[in-house]
Amino acid sequence: MQRVAIVDHGLCNVDSMWRAVEECGAKGDVTEDPRDLAHADKIILPGVGAFPDAMQILHDLGMADALREQVLGEGIPLLGVCLGMQLLAQSSEEVRPTEGLGLIDARVVRLVSRHCDERIPHVGWNEVWAAREHPLNAGLPAGVDCYFVHSFHMQCVDDADVLATTPYCGGFTSMVARDNVFGAQFHPEKSQVHGLRILRNFVEL
Amino acid sequence: MLKTRVIPTLLYRDFTLVKGVRFDSRRVVGSPVQAVQVYNLRNVDELVFLDVTATTDERRPDFTLIDEIADHCFMPLCVGGGVRDIEDIRSLLAVGADKVALNTVAVEDPGVVRAGSDRFGAQCIVVAIDTKVDAHGDVTVWTASGSHDTGLDPIVWAKEVEALGAGEILLQSIDHDGVMAGYDLDTIALVSEAVSIPVIASGGAGTFDHLHAAITTGRATAVAAASMFHFTEQTPMEAKQYLAAQGIPTRC
Repeated sequence: MQRVAIVDHGLCNVDSMWRAVEECGAKGDVTEDPRDLAHADKIILPGVGAFPDAMQILHDLGMADALREQVLGEGIPLLGVCLGMQLLAQSSEEVRPTEGLGLIDARVVRLVSRHCDERIPHVGWNEVWAAREHPLNAGLPAGVDCYFVHSFHMQCVDDADVLATTPYCGGFTSMVARDNVFGAQFHPEKSQVHGLRILRNFVEL
Repeated sequence: MLKTRVIPTLLYRDFTLVKGVRFDSRRVVGSPVQAVQVYNLRNVDELVFLDVTATTDERRPDFTLIDEIADHCFMPLCVGGGVRDIEDIRSLLAVGADKVALNTVAVEDPGVVRAGSDRFGAQCIVVAIDTKVDAHGDVTVWTASGSHDTGLDPIVWAKEVEALGAGEILLQSIDHDGVMAGYDLDTIALVSEAVSIPVIASGGAGTFDHLHAAITTGRATAVAAASMFHFTEQTPMEAKQYLAAQGIPTRC
């Protein structure tokens, strides 16, 4: 059975992620101890909240270095979800300019509404269009609806890292994939059967 | 395209689900865990779960129950009722809530909205605004399960909670609640116009046309309903199919 470490930085709903991981047939291990990452086959970095606070907590826990070591050194697959995806970037402008984990060459910027019906935060079910085929989104319908709740989004420097986009505020990157580093701006654990499929795909990578 | 959400609301009191009329004469409608399991199987867009007497009974949220229902919820879950401080918000998120609805506490201590938004992100801070026509014929904001008139203008209050960092507004009409004769479209339209965060319309839906009116006339971002789904044969999926046939994007 695959062991999936779920990083707990105290700012989010880790219980839902744990339930979803178990539903996918893996063993979920919610942890704030960086040493636990060494025993994991996969790592999930969930997250809601503000970018600077989350980075600060990851640094304080020793998680930031441990994540980089496991992902870059050991090749362990990492999936960042929502704020967790944004934390993979080089930097974010949320609240104040802050450095991220630097695992994806990207920066995180605010969504800009183009008209009054594009309310922000972007809350609800919206389409996820795959930019290319990848094991992570295998078996999903084209333009599958997933659940989003966010005000910032990731802008990749290298288009090759973009795995999916979503049509809101002119279109933004909703999934990324670079080597063993993955991200989903939506919440797969809250996106019903299709979200669980993505998590199962990740577990089975 | 962003889909318009249709959100069943579950009201909880003393270990059972209830539904009343104008926040009163609430009837037992079943067990919360069972209801959540059914809605999960029915693939609904989101659930709102409100402990309707926690504040007036001076109780904290029932964290054990929320933990249990969240385990059956592979869709977003918004939880409200009895939240008094930032620690309650943290605890609800920890047991599986995705969003926390603040009502009475937001009026009494607006700093909790700000602190919750700064710490956990705007996306999980929903401010529930209950409105009712007061003795002078004005629509005002009421707290403590509809028992206290704050005298606040809902439009002014909506703008204020947006400025405080709320990520969404759950706008409920007490006068229209449970009557199933349609939403308070005037207030929904005024509040939707006044803010740029999403507004969920609640209170009064009895037919699919009522949902349609809240979205088109009221410009609500999402529509919530309780009695319609508890006491009639109409389901959220049928509602979304109806709306889709009228040209409103839904997930169905």
